[in-house]
Order: sequence, then structure tokens, then C-alpha cells
Amino acid sequence: MNKIQLPISADKIETLHVGDLVSIDGVMVTARDAAHKYLFENYVHGTLPAEEKPYADKLYPLLKDGFIYHCGPIVRQDDQGHWHFVAAGPTTSIREEPYQGEIIEHFGVRGVIGKGGMGEKTLEACRHSKAVYLHAVGGAASLLASHVKEVIDVFKHDVFGLPEGFWVIRVEDFPAVVTIDCHGESLHRAVQDNSDAQFARLVDEIPDD
Amino acid sequence: MKQYPLLQQWVLELIRRASTDLPEDVVAALARARESEPDRSAAHSVLTAILRNIEIAREKSTPLCQDTGTNIFLIDHPTGVSTRAIAADIRAAVEVATQESYLRPNSVNSLTGTNTGTNIGQGHPYLHFCEWDRDDLRIRVMLKGGGCENMGAQYSLPSQKLGAGRDLRGVEIVALHAINQAQGKGCGPGIIGVCVGGDRAASYMAAKEQHFRKLDDTNPVPELAALEDRLYDKANRLGIGPMGFGGKTTTLAVKATAINRLPASFFVSVSYMCWECRRRDLWIRNGEMTIE
Repeated sequence: MNKIQLPISADKIETLHVGDLVSIDGVMVTARDAAHKYLFENYVHGTLPAEEKPYADKLYPLLKDGFIYHCGPIVRQDDQGHWHFVAAGPTTSIREEPYQGEIIEHFGVRGVIGKGGMGEKTLEACRHSKAVYLHAVGGAASLLASHVKEVIDVFKHDVFGLPEGFWVIRVEDFPAVVTIDCHGESLHRAVQDNSDAQFARLVDEIPDD
Repeated sequence: MKQYPLLQQWVLELIRRASTDLPEDVVAALARARESEPDRSAAHSVLTAILRNIEIAREKSTPLCQDTGTNIFLIDHPTGVSTRAIAADIRAAVEVATQESYLRPNSVNSLTGTNTGTNIGQGHPYLHFCEWDRDDLRIRVMLKGGGCENMGAQYSLPSQKLGAGRDLRGVEIVALHAINQAQGKGCGPGIIGVCVGGDRAASYMAAKEQHFRKLDDTNPVPELAALEDRLYDKANRLGIGPMGFGGKTTTLAVKATAINRLPASFFVSVSYMCWECRRRDLWIRNGEMTIE
């Protein structure tokens, strides 16, 4: 089990390979569809509207050498107004494929956690910019929420809706598996190539009626 | 007219159980799957996390998954009840369950993109009523997440591309194709519902209804039982494994049904359910409520 402390350096990212089980400590930020579109259209491309400046001041330091978590949590607010993660598993990552690679490069993101894997553009950005894609266990939302020790901040949830906001969280021993590394390897591609070949063999085994 | 004065609170409990307490037959299949995967493999670690998640969700009464899915209710009712009154109680219970965080606000207006915030909206929740000849009321619920729903597939046979004709061989080929296409993206190890025949809509629904079956049941139709066994065996030789990390456990069960078709049509529908097969039944017998 590899221990990862956030923020993380490019050198440490280079030591990670597909199939590695990791355990993450530190601060990361959630982002899903609305958040990725927002980052892509206002930061990576275009000019940032003046009213967005306070968010830029939060996002750049969070994302530099940091991790993005593809997650739309179920949250609860207590009587003092503090937020808590009730259920927080990964959401399907491939929806962010049009944005992810350029977001990784623009902000210097070192890791993206989600489920289901990502495509060639993200793979290339991981290789070029020294980042990894990590797969969390889909559906394990109560378990993963128990690794979220503190909700530090939230913003844009008022505009995007609760699951779509930027949730800044401190995690401990957050488990994940590296499935795209910075050396150009993808576990998803390897498993798919193998199962495609196996599918062809299995079809040949089916007798004619 | 039969009335159920406590129905709203009973349905709330039904939803809570469905969202937080995975049925025993599914848990048992996951536990068996873990035993079959080598220690320290990614597959083993996934199944360990899954089993731990099930324990935590049950202990803390928190949702197994943050995507609490499409809320599908199938209601079998005796003669002489108001289906409108039952529907109103179910909708009210869904709203309360959302406020109490057993359900995530998950209903989005398809034109405006606005989340209704309540899980109530056009087509949500999905309700289907059927009158039967018993005196009991049965409400079955399934919470079907978006990630696995996106992995469903429908084929029109013959498929020249896949070499699948209008026979059980063709059915087997396309069902296996759907499982291979899904890889780990539907949160496998998945539970596969297959329907042979029907029109497009009926076929998909019948495939999805297979997820209500207990994983260890036996199909009473011998040809379908054999098809289920063959598909289960082949799917688990694809090597996709839990979450698509590679491994022996690609599917926990395959369940198949057949409904009549038109001479001109031969549809095969495949519904992919994630490992987290969230389903529960509410029974009201002689005024007594049980959840199974």
C-alpha cells in the first residue's frame, strides 16, 4: 500500500504505476460536470469575469499539486451550519474527458479520482504533465464518506446545486487504485484488450443451434 | 374502499431499507466472490471495500451509494383500493426520504437542467400499478443508479456485425457482447438482466424487472435456466473483474426472461445492475407491515 500525502510532487507521481493500491491523506476538492465546464470555460479558456476572482484565489492553490475527486456527495448540514459527507463515492469520470486533460495541464493537477477510467486525452495529459488517474470503489459511498474527516469549504454549490459544488475536504486513508499512470499505461486499456480477445474466443465456443 | 393510513411512513421505511441495507442474497454472492479472488489483488481489495461499505451503511443507516438512482416502484394491489391515494403516499415518502438524506436530489428537468430538489418531477418516481387477486398489498422498490443504467443495451437480431442470428445462440452472443462493452463502467461485478423478445419498451422493462429476482433462484423455464448458466460462466471468463480491474468476478448473476414478439421483430435487451442491487419489498397483510 502506497501512502500519498497531498499536495504531492511530480517526483512522487513518477513512482506510481497502474495497479498500485494507494491510501491518500490531505486536502482535495470535488468537481463534477458543472464544475469542469466552469473551469474549462472561465480559466483554461476565455477571460475570468471579475466576480469570479475570489474563487480563482481559492482554486489555483488547491489544484496545484492537488487532486480532483469526481464526486457528487450526499451531504448533511448540522445545527451549527457545518457540513458533513454522508455518502460520497466516485461518479463516472468519462463525462469529463473533453475538459480533463487541459484542466490538469492548466492548474498543475497531479491526480484525478473517479470511476470507470478516462480516455486518450487524459492519458496523454497524465503522461505529459506528470499526473495519475485513480479509481475509487464505485458504490462504496458510506465507506468513502467515513474517510472524509472534515469539510473545509464549499463554493459554487448555490449555483450548480449541492452535488455539483466544489467541496474542499480533508481525507484520511482514502483508498484508491492507480489505473492510469504518468508512464503512458492504462489498466482500463489492458483489461479491455484482454477481454475483447477473450470475447472472440468465447463466441467461437458457442455451438450452432 | 381499503385504506392504508400509515402507508407514507411505511414507504419511507421501505426506501430507507432499500438505500442503506443491501439484501442478504447479494451480500452472500459478494462474499463468495471475494473468496475466489487472490489475496492482495485489486479485485480482492475492491470486494473487501464493498463488504465493509455494506456494514457501515447498515450500521449508520446511510446510503450505500450517493447515487440513489431512479426510484422504481412496482405496486401489486387488491381490488378496491385507490391507486391515486397510494401514489400520493409514495410521492410524499420520496420527498421526506430526500429531506432525510436517504435519497440524493436526483431528478433533473431534461430541458432546463434544473434539479427539482425533491426527486419528484415528470416521470419521477416511476410507478407501475397492477391489480392482483390477493388481499395483500405489495410495493416493490428498486433504486437503479445512473452509472449502471448507462451500460444497458438493446439489440435487434439478426446482427450481421456480431454474427448473431434469431435464435438462442444469437441471444447469447449479444448478451455477452453487452457485458464486454460495459467493462467495469457499470460498477461491476454486475447483475445482468436479459429479455428475449417484446417491443423495445416492454423488452427493456422486462430485462430490468429481472433484478427483483433473488440471485440464487432457479429459472423455471429450462431453456432460460441453461442460458443463464452459460452466460454466467462465459461472462466470468472475460477477465474484467470487480470495477474492471481484472479478475474472476465480472458478474454475480445472469437472469433471463422471454416475452412474445412480433414476427418482424427480435429484440434482446440487457439491463446492467451494479453490484449494489438495491431492492426491497413492502408487504401489507391483514394490516401488518413487513419489509423483505
